Amino acid sequence: MHDIITISGLSKTYATGFPALKNINLGIRRGEIFALLGPNGAGKTTLIGVVCGTVTASAGTVTVDGHDNVTDFRAARELIGLVPQELTTDAFESVWATVSFSRGLFGKPKNPAYIEKILKDLSLWDKKDNKIMTLSGGMKRRVLIAKALSHEPKILFLDEPTAGVDVELRKDMWQVVRDLRAAGVTIILTTHYIEEAEDMADRIGVISKGEIILVEEKKELMRKLGQKRLTLQLQEKLAALPANLFGVSQLSLSKDGDELTYTYDTQAERTGITRLLASLNEAGIRFRDLSTTQSSLEEIFVGLVHQDRNGGAK
Amino acid sequence: MNWRAIHAIYRFEMARTARTLMQSILAPVISTSLYFVVFGAAIGSRITTMEGVDYGSFIVPGLIMLTLLMQSVMNASFGIYFPKFTGTIYELLSAPISFIEIVIGYVGAAATKSIILGLIILATSWLFVPVKIAHPVWMISFLVLTAVTFSLLGFIIGIWADGFEKLQIVPLLIITPLTFLGGAFYSVSVLPPFWQVVTFVNPIVYLISGFRWSFYEVADVNVSVSIAMTLVFLVACLGIIWWIFRTGYRLKN
Repeated sequence: MHDIITISGLSKTYATGFPALKNINLGIRRGEIFALLGPNGAGKTTLIGVVCGTVTASAGTVTVDGHDNVTDFRAARELIGLVPQELTTDAFESVWATVSFSRGLFGKPKNPAYIEKILKDLSLWDKKDNKIMTLSGGMKRRVLIAKALSHEPKILFLDEPTAGVDVELRKDMWQVVRDLRAAGVTIILTTHYIEEAEDMADRIGVISKGEIILVEEKKELMRKLGQKRLTLQLQEKLAALPANLFGVSQLSLSKDGDELTYTYDTQAERTGITRLLASLNEAGIRFRDLSTTQSSLEEIFVGLVHQDRNGGAK
Repeated sequence: MNWRAIHAIYRFEMARTARTLMQSILAPVISTSLYFVVFGAAIGSRITTMEGVDYGSFIVPGLIMLTLLMQSVMNASFGIYFPKFTGTIYELLSAPISFIEIVIGYVGAAATKSIILGLIILATSWLFVPVKIAHPVWMISFLVLTAVTFSLLGFIIGIWADGFEKLQIVPLLIITPLTFLGGAFYSVSVLPPFWQVVTFVNPIVYLISGFRWSFYEVADVNVSVSIAMTLVFLVACLGIIWWIFRTGYRLKN
């Protein structure tokens, strides 16, 4: 299965001299949900802008389903829907008019039945004649999504789609995204809610200071970089960690002394759990309960970016 | 050509005009009526004729031009500046349309509106003074050419402007004075010789002169010069638009 978007040697330096993107090479697979993560100012929005045509690249190429996005921009852009990060909408237009306008802008013939379907899917149907300025922030966000979907794109870019959106609306939106994906639409999203990426994405890309520092299947990433924590609730409080315990460097004691946490790498040949438990037994430390938790994508992400800032990723 | 996109932009802009119909039409009609009261009645009673034409009738082409130039520049500049200001320009830039199609949509709508207003002013004038149109085809040609040319200029200003003040500067500080000094209310021949020469540096003289010729067959400059100058402005504006298109000036960063 070949990539639907191919980004090669892409760089962008703004007029101010700020290098927003540095030699980006990235392929987006057909039909996947790709989550692009990165701290503020990492270059996420610039990267989306270059692919969609709102930002001119300094170097490199982007092809969208085989069409170069500069020399063959019509064919490339017809395939793409963009939901921008900012809530940029007209104020005085009605919802119906603005979504119909978007469809026309992309050169598609009128199709009121299709627009009706989008508005119903996004729970906007009863607002179709309202002026956009009268809508709440969450509703405006839906309008932006409706506009992006109005021309039946094959690829959808969602730049921070759930920023400032309440939980219920967020759930609705992710349902729309799942339905789109089931219909074969490729989705690229950026988000600050890492649990969303964890929940939705097939693959994860991490961008930091204008460079892609990692692209990985989500499951693989979680498996590779995932650390697990074993938490032991002690029967009797400890004043301090006994120095002779096994794996003391991976152990930490909670403030009130009743909880012991052991951090270990699931990929290591030996996790050391058996020896730790034996060692605790020898030291006469008994526990009431135990649980394990796996590190979330957020922790992985913070770890990666931190590593990158401190002298490059592995 | 993505005709559907051009149509979408055109309709969007015309809908904006329709929403503000009353102020769009009322303001020019009222100001034109005032011009007739002030210039036509007060001054006209002393001047009576200019170049053999009744003074009230003489100023009609100039008044239409005044509105046409102002409205073309303001409509087109606002039309493209507003999406830049609100950020909705992202959609234009990411749509499968070329810059030329964007220009046709916005400039077409702005020119349409100012032509309609020009014709309304003409109709209003008829209520006050007798108006004769000697060359209707040329009159319409000048009307359309001028509206398109100055809508192009407005579009350029809208791209260039990075604040609302700049949107106002050009119409108020350049277009209005040049129109007033461009023979809207007098024949250039009544000026002293030195000022006549200075006047011919003013491009708007040629537009008003040619336009007035299409009404009364009186002109400050030969009509072919007027047509040539109008085309020169048109080409100059197209050249600047082409440059903006090439460089993405103030559109893409």
